[in-house]
Amino acid sequence: MTALLRTTGLSKTFSGAGRRVTALDDVSLTLEAGETLGLVGPSGSGKSTLARVLLRLVAPDAGRIDFAGTDFTALRGEALRSMRKRIQMVFQDPLAAFNPRATVADALGDPLRVHGLAGRRERPAEIARLLGRVGLPEELAARPVHEISGGQRQRVAIARALATGPELIVLDEAVSALDVTVRGQVLDLLVSLQRQDGIAYVFISHDLAVVRAVSHRIAVMDGGRIVEQVPVQSVVANPQSATARALVAAVPRLNLRGAGEGDR
Amino acid sequence: MSGMLVTLRGLRITYGEGPAALSDIDLDIAAGERLAVIGESGSGKSTLALALAGLLPDNARIVGDIAWDGGERPVPGRDIGFVFQDAGASLNPVLRVGEQVAEVAQRHLGMSWREAYAHSRDLLAQVQIPAPDTVLNTYAHQLSGGQRQRVAIAAAIAARPRLLIADEPTSALDTIVQAEIVALLDRLVQEAGMTLVFISHDIALVSGFADRIAVLHAARLVEAGPAAEVLRSPKDAYTARLISSHIGLDTPRLIGTPS
Repeated sequence: MTALLRTTGLSKTFSGAGRRVTALDDVSLTLEAGETLGLVGPSGSGKSTLARVLLRLVAPDAGRIDFAGTDFTALRGEALRSMRKRIQMVFQDPLAAFNPRATVADALGDPLRVHGLAGRRERPAEIARLLGRVGLPEELAARPVHEISGGQRQRVAIARALATGPELIVLDEAVSALDVTVRGQVLDLLVSLQRQDGIAYVFISHDLAVVRAVSHRIAVMDGGRIVEQVPVQSVVANPQSATARALVAAVPRLNLRGAGEGDR
Repeated sequence: MSGMLVTLRGLRITYGEGPAALSDIDLDIAAGERLAVIGESGSGKSTLALALAGLLPDNARIVGDIAWDGGERPVPGRDIGFVFQDAGASLNPVLRVGEQVAEVAQRHLGMSWREAYAHSRDLLAQVQIPAPDTVLNTYAHQLSGGQRQRVAIAAAIAARPRLLIADEPTSALDTIVQAEIVALLDRLVQEAGMTLVFISHDIALVSGFADRIAVLHAARLVEAGPAAEVLRSPKDAYTARLISSHIGLDTPRLIGTPS
């Protein structure tokens, strides 16, 4: 079985103001259909650069990306456009990802129009269907995006990603800005969409506990390199790299004794 | 622990004609304690921080009492230090790090510039900035997010305030730096006998160091008490929901084995 996504030797260096920063250094990873790869690492480890390279928003200096058996890095023009339907993204700040004056219907209508997926007359029904899939009421379509709550907005961002029927969604800190009581619901939604549609996710976060909750495998990044790529259980129980050990140690523990008792 | 540092009674704050950002708040903050104020977006937690610090904007209307120990309103910057989420925005971009920390000491401690600058160097060492002599001469934008927050903490404690208010000081940082900053604040507050008000959305994060926890929800104080009590037997359903929403390394995973 061929992997849905395979990257080989991806490298990317940014330079400017007399400095060179190696954002990606020989990154090779694979992802199977319907699987979630958690990508975890500290700030500046290269996670978001990798996300942007995977989406071909940033060109790598070296290496290649194979998606569904095709060299994605070599695609141009119509072939690239049609491949873009199959790989979607959700970022941390949904407000920044939407035109501030757009309504929910505008935000969801754009990909349908751009990719020619629903004509003007079918569009309202398709928008209602997408809202339903992410657990939002149809009536939300008429509301401006900036007026709805943060949790609703991130659901709209997920609905927009679903609009093109993708096989892969790259989620870059997609739940990090949400209230904790909303975060769990959005994670449940992502997992149930994966079960229904067999979507694969690259789930990026600096929070190892959240990554562990939703990922089948975990890749730990630091300094542009993947320092560990293992099944979830082993990264927590037996972290091999210094970075993984630091990430495990840094997860906030719910200390039910309170600080007033015990160690003080 | 001595008496109360500040007592809030029937505090209600509105902005312009908007709904109450805080309503019916009765809360005591004891001198020397570490109080965590927990809430989500729109809970009023930042308004509470600004009200304590005397930094509310002009269109804020305050009803009720904020009574300070000794009766005198503390001076922000001198008696109250403030650390914000975004250290980059709270530091002056055109002043060198050493100068802006020294400025606080010069202004509030009556030090000469030379004394204040030396104090500034000591503070940078105290907040564990590596190579403090070099960092004295750098600008905030040249530092990482974690180092910037350390500088902001140094500036906040430069005048040796009685009260340090930290409003989501680690929310823009990764978990590794977050753990370092929390440990640093905890140590600084203990060493100096300062009172700490730590505002956060993360009840697990504060469970490691807070003496007491106050929970805000939709502009109201739903619960306040000793940390162990609030965490172990929350009286309010919302507090219980916050605790059960925590995702840790022992939380059951949401997925099974891949199909």
